[in-house]
Amino acid sequence: MANRQLLIDSKKIHVILHRLVNQLIEKHLDFSNTVLIGLQPRGIDLANRIKKILEEDYQIRNIQLGYLDITFFRDDFRRNEKPLAANQTQIDFLVENKRVVFIDDVLFTGRSIRAALTAVQSFGRPSGIELLTLVDRRFSRHLPIQPDYVGCQVDAINSEKVLVMWQEKDGEDAVYLVEK
Amino acid sequence: MSELSTNHLLGIKYLNLEDIELIFKTADQFKEVINRPIKKVPSLRDITIANLFFENSTRTKLSFELAEKRLSADIINFSAASSSVKKGETLIDTVNNILSMKVDMVVMRHPNAGAGVFLSQHVNASIINAGDGAHEHPTQALLDCYSIKQKYGDIKGLNVVIVGDILHSRVALSNIFALQKLGANVKVCGPATLLPKHIESLGVGIESNLIKALEWCDVANMLRVQNERMNMSFFPSTREYVLQYGLNKKILNALPKKITIMHPGPINRGVEITSDVADSKQSIILEQVENGVAIRMAAIYLLAAKIKHE
Repeated sequence: MANRQLLIDSKKIHVILHRLVNQLIEKHLDFSNTVLIGLQPRGIDLANRIKKILEEDYQIRNIQLGYLDITFFRDDFRRNEKPLAANQTQIDFLVENKRVVFIDDVLFTGRSIRAALTAVQSFGRPSGIELLTLVDRRFSRHLPIQPDYVGCQVDAINSEKVLVMWQEKDGEDAVYLVEK
Repeated sequence: MSELSTNHLLGIKYLNLEDIELIFKTADQFKEVINRPIKKVPSLRDITIANLFFENSTRTKLSFELAEKRLSADIINFSAASSSVKKGETLIDTVNNILSMKVDMVVMRHPNAGAGVFLSQHVNASIINAGDGAHEHPTQALLDCYSIKQKYGDIKGLNVVIVGDILHSRVALSNIFALQKLGANVKVCGPATLLPKHIESLGVGIESNLIKALEWCDVANMLRVQNERMNMSFFPSTREYVLQYGLNKKILNALPKKITIMHPGPINRGVEITSDVADSKQSIILEQVENGVAIRMAAIYLLAAKIKHE
């Protein structure tokens, strides 16, 4: 990739993740009535990492983590050139009366979150839903949706893409700004 | 690859391997959807589908209807018995009248082979063939292969025998095409009068002895004897057919390995298979029905993705 600019390096990501985890603990204590839901496809890496930190560094066990795919709930079906390919949804629990935390890597227009809010209803009626995102692209929302936990805020124009890389999948932890 | 190569699902013959694999991959996701507490997704809420059944059907019709409803499509149902077809209206006129009510997709079962292909050339809608005469029944073959894949992991190299009334069966032809595209070895087994002439030109083996066929295979797909399509005697008596080609528990248990039993339904219990075989652990007949909904959801979803509203 020729035109890419490093926004956050791995050291800073490490600090941000621990801060986000601490904010989660502050609000959810032992997570006994809380479930984490990573949004497919890129939110699940962040969700896995958060769960790992909660377990390994803060000894919080029995965290329920699911993956939610929102493809069938999107509002741009048949408006794209190519049909949308679905990913796996893996939620082995009901969210009825649970406190749900959606986890996604980048919050942009808010349309994915709108779809996720509908999709999660297939698994019950949660007592509340919060949103955690690593990168919040400010001033680009199409819908009145705001995150509860934010890693960092980025101002980018529409022709740019924010790319989050993970050690496990991409070989490094980093956030890049890429020309589309 | 996330798009079908065709705008219609008229037969397995018109699909390539990537299409079949895409349908299977999408069906995996829909299978998860239909096992949720709330089994509905809003993807197709701006699509209207007409189910045109010019021939009787229970399972296929219900399965399509359920698949369409789970995708939130609007549906209208039509069966020939209670319609203007009886007054002499032609197929194209019937369908064009329905399409002028702004229908995007047509699911059609018809007693004449090629009806789906004919329709796709003359009307402006996406056509799904739900069985045309003794020609093809693509969604049945897809769900059969999907069920085999689910059981064995891979279809490549498996030996599959299709037993019974091959001559009158659209399931047989679609299955032969689908299984061969997926790399299985296929044989057909039945009385010579119920095997189509030149069937070996499709690259399938022919076996007239049921026991030999069962000893060879991993999966046996037992077809129904289609009495309603028989205008002459193809075998001396039902009893003689049962003695030669009926599968019972005794035969099943005497085989060297545990084979998988399939049946597209409806079953004539005691004719092609006995009740204890149909209900045995080796039978995946009910899995076939469950997978049918997921496969049909996948096919409809992928075809709907190619419809562009103005």
